[in-house]
Amino acid sequence: MAIETLPNPALPSRRGPSLGFLTATPIIAIATVCLTLVILSAIFAPWLTSHDPQLLAPALRLKPSSPEFLLGTDAYGRDVLARILYGGRISLLIGLGAAVTSIVIGLFIGLVSGFFKWIDAIMMRVMDGLMAMPGVLLAIAVVSLSGATLTTVLIAITIPEIPRVARLVRSVVLTAREEPYVEAAISLGSSMPKIMWKHLVPNTVAPLIVQGTFIAASAILTEAILSFLGAGISPETPTWGNIMAEGRAFFQVKPSLIFWPGLLLSVAILSVNLIGDAARDALDPRMQQREAGK
Amino acid sequence: MLGYLIRRILAAIPVMGVVALFVFLLLRLTPGDPAAIIAGDNATPEQLDRIRTSLGLNEPLYTQFFSWVWRLLHGDFGTSLISNVPVLQMVNQRIEPSLSVALSVMLVSICVAIPLGVIAAWKHGTWVDRLVMALSVVGFSVPVFVIGYVLVQIFAIELRWVPVQGFRSITRGFGPFFERMVLPTIALSFVYVALIARMTRAAMLNVLGEDFVRTARAKGINEGSVLFRHALRNAAVPVITVIGTGFALLISGVVVTESVFNLPGIGRLTVDAVLARDFPVIQAMILLTSGVYVGVNLLIDLAYALLDPRIRY
Repeated sequence: MAIETLPNPALPSRRGPSLGFLTATPIIAIATVCLTLVILSAIFAPWLTSHDPQLLAPALRLKPSSPEFLLGTDAYGRDVLARILYGGRISLLIGLGAAVTSIVIGLFIGLVSGFFKWIDAIMMRVMDGLMAMPGVLLAIAVVSLSGATLTTVLIAITIPEIPRVARLVRSVVLTAREEPYVEAAISLGSSMPKIMWKHLVPNTVAPLIVQGTFIAASAILTEAILSFLGAGISPETPTWGNIMAEGRAFFQVKPSLIFWPGLLLSVAILSVNLIGDAARDALDPRMQQREAGK
Repeated sequence: MLGYLIRRILAAIPVMGVVALFVFLLLRLTPGDPAAIIAGDNATPEQLDRIRTSLGLNEPLYTQFFSWVWRLLHGDFGTSLISNVPVLQMVNQRIEPSLSVALSVMLVSICVAIPLGVIAAWKHGTWVDRLVMALSVVGFSVPVFVIGYVLVQIFAIELRWVPVQGFRSITRGFGPFFERMVLPTIALSFVYVALIARMTRAAMLNVLGEDFVRTARAKGINEGSVLFRHALRNAAVPVITVIGTGFALLISGVVVTESVFNLPGIGRLTVDAVLARDFPVIQAMILLTSGVYVGVNLLIDLAYALLDPRIRY
């Protein structure tokens, strides 16, 4: 979840952003480890469990924890642990996909509107309009209209995130284009795409990495909300939100159907957010100056 | 002041125009025939024809858009395809739970978050500051439905202090209303407290280094007065801004909270409409909530002008 960061004309370091911030403090290091574990468990889900997350076994419904089913089974007799492990795949895929897609589209819109005033006026009104629509409502409406597939869910979650990226990039571009090196490039007759790519895009890298982590966290959350409300990917597909949505009806009988996926979901989002905060501290010089000035 | 006011109101019009266009195109640009989508799989050709005529789908796209906007401007938000009740009437019947949750969350969050943020900035760099910041990251990260179910499990099922779910109108007594409002309010407040506390802390940190704060301290004014009367007032603009932009978050949060606690509000109305593919209701709900968001932020723009004379440009 991102608080709108102010534009920060971060000068790109020559070596590119370093990843040292991932272990900056013990808490960040724990977050990095947790996120790595969640990612690994999602990737290696087939090796970690021998159960099929979609196999229905009505005879085994709502079984408690046992050596065979470590977290028990759900209302359809499916292994909860297997569903949670496989469920991480969708969440992480959506988080990564939404961050990358919204950054690519937002970067393009931001670059163009930062450079061309007449496009700017129109694009920023469009972005204002998109920001005015509550993200979750917009997403469930898009999904309900176009059918709940992984792609439509990804698109539905990405659309509300685009304005944040576009505005961030635009503000960086507006500051950077007044810089002498950009004016020099313009007066030397460099082509517009070249100026954008060589002189403006590098300025956006650091703030976009930071923004990207927050978008990933928020996308994982939105996907879970969509599934939870019944407007996400089809219920038989294991996602953390789907497991919890099915657990709602049996909450008083078997609360663990909600708590385990909820815990994993919270840990994943928390880790991504903490890493985003650390990235901001490490990559955003303005923030460091402010802290150092105290 | 009047000029500023008029400029802000005029600026809200294109925003709502974009929202209206988007909501309109949402149904039209979807692959497939909107009438078929609305009617469902088992529709007869006569039913499809009736829907096409009633929605004006045989007209050119721009005519459809402008006549739709014209009806919106006259307060006609359409009629539910499922219940045949006008959407505004449905909203009217369901607004109380949503409004109760939204307002109580606002109130609780502001009362909790601003002191937290002020104290964190005042104790900058100490364990108090780190604790507040840590809680705020947790508040951002744990989804409202997870917090909601944990609260229900502890306070409603184990301790039996409050009812598990449901809503009772305030007109039927404050007690039953209040005990059903406590858990939803707390559950949804977490994220909002996190947002406001973080921004309050950041804004206060900027202000506390200023000369007038040093002057106030040098005059021997007590610290509470320095923090809350001198510093907080000057840190108010970003804090109020985030309360406004966070309103979108609040609306989304209310939708989820109503599902968790089974509150019959407009969030449930929207989710039910989505599941039933009741498009006029979906369109109207996105328009109305966006309108509320734009309206709240308009009020906040006006609040700036009252709080900070420098803004009346």
